[in-house]
Amino acid sequence: MENILISEFSYILLFIVGAIVFIAGGLITAWIIRPSRPNDEKKTSYECGEDPVGNAWGQFNIRFYIVALIFILFDVEIIFLFPWATVFGQQTLVETTSGVWGWFAITEMSIFIFILTLGLVYAWKKGYLDWVKPLPKTEDFNSKVPYSLYEKVNQKYTVPSSKPE
Amino acid sequence: MTIELGFFYAFAGITLISALMIIFSKNVLYSAICLLGTLLGMAALYVFTRADFLAVTQIMVYVGGILILLIFGIMFTNKKGEDRVYSGDRNKFIGIAIGIAYFVLLVTSVFSINFQQLPWIKQAMANENIVNNSTVNQIGINLMTDSVFPLEIAGFLLLVALIGAAFISGKKV
Repeated sequence: MENILISEFSYILLFIVGAIVFIAGGLITAWIIRPSRPNDEKKTSYECGEDPVGNAWGQFNIRFYIVALIFILFDVEIIFLFPWATVFGQQTLVETTSGVWGWFAITEMSIFIFILTLGLVYAWKKGYLDWVKPLPKTEDFNSKVPYSLYEKVNQKYTVPSSKPE
Repeated sequence: MTIELGFFYAFAGITLISALMIIFSKNVLYSAICLLGTLLGMAALYVFTRADFLAVTQIMVYVGGILILLIFGIMFTNKKGEDRVYSGDRNKFIGIAIGIAYFVLLVTSVFSINFQQLPWIKQAMANENIVNNSTVNQIGINLMTDSVFPLEIAGFLLLVALIGAAFISGKKV
């Protein structure tokens, strides 16, 4: 028995195989052709740039997490949009209901999207999407020398840059 | 059919091997990356059960979203001074016992069911109600007719989840 559904997915399989062949093929060809003479300088992450500090697996900014969480919820919303999009403009459905189908479908989906947009507006308004900048550290050191003395020293040793006339 | 069967076993093998690698890998990040193989293999298995929409959902939500969130989670929980997160192994005996018990339960139940005699399969075969085409269209029509109200409820639930997630994870420290 020929099953259209499964045989249609063979195209996707073709894409998967193509992706694997492309990447593996490139890497293996390079591995065969290239000379292998590594040294410390070549092995650094950025061969001609900054010296990396610490490990690449360090901690991330927590804001990425909130953005990812909000992304997942909109991801789920898109899942609902897919089947809707295939039937929304279907000619036979629109014609048999004399246009009511299309208006009904778009109204329902608009309500659905609007409800979720409220959540985005909430997160935006409350500042959950704002980037947290690291606070500048201020020294709470109290000098016993009064400030005016510093000023005097400054004035004494200031080089007069340009004298007016 | 034989080609299909071959692919089925290939994808089942990928799923199984990457699932085993999740368990046996000590580094949590490697486990998370092996989870990618498991979820992709599962999506392929969904295709073989003719649930094409579920397969696409699996890839979009689980591979594209939840896995990324999981890897983020591992990156956030890095201890200071330690490069990698390693998983320990505790409760070995109970864990293995529960695993084997669940496996036996599944195997015995699969072999004890006579699938040809199940009422809903009998009915489907009598009506020749066998999925041969894409189910996305039918799901779309159902979403807009019978399940309009559940759809809006789902939207509301997603809103609640969004606000809750943003509130909990966005607390100012």
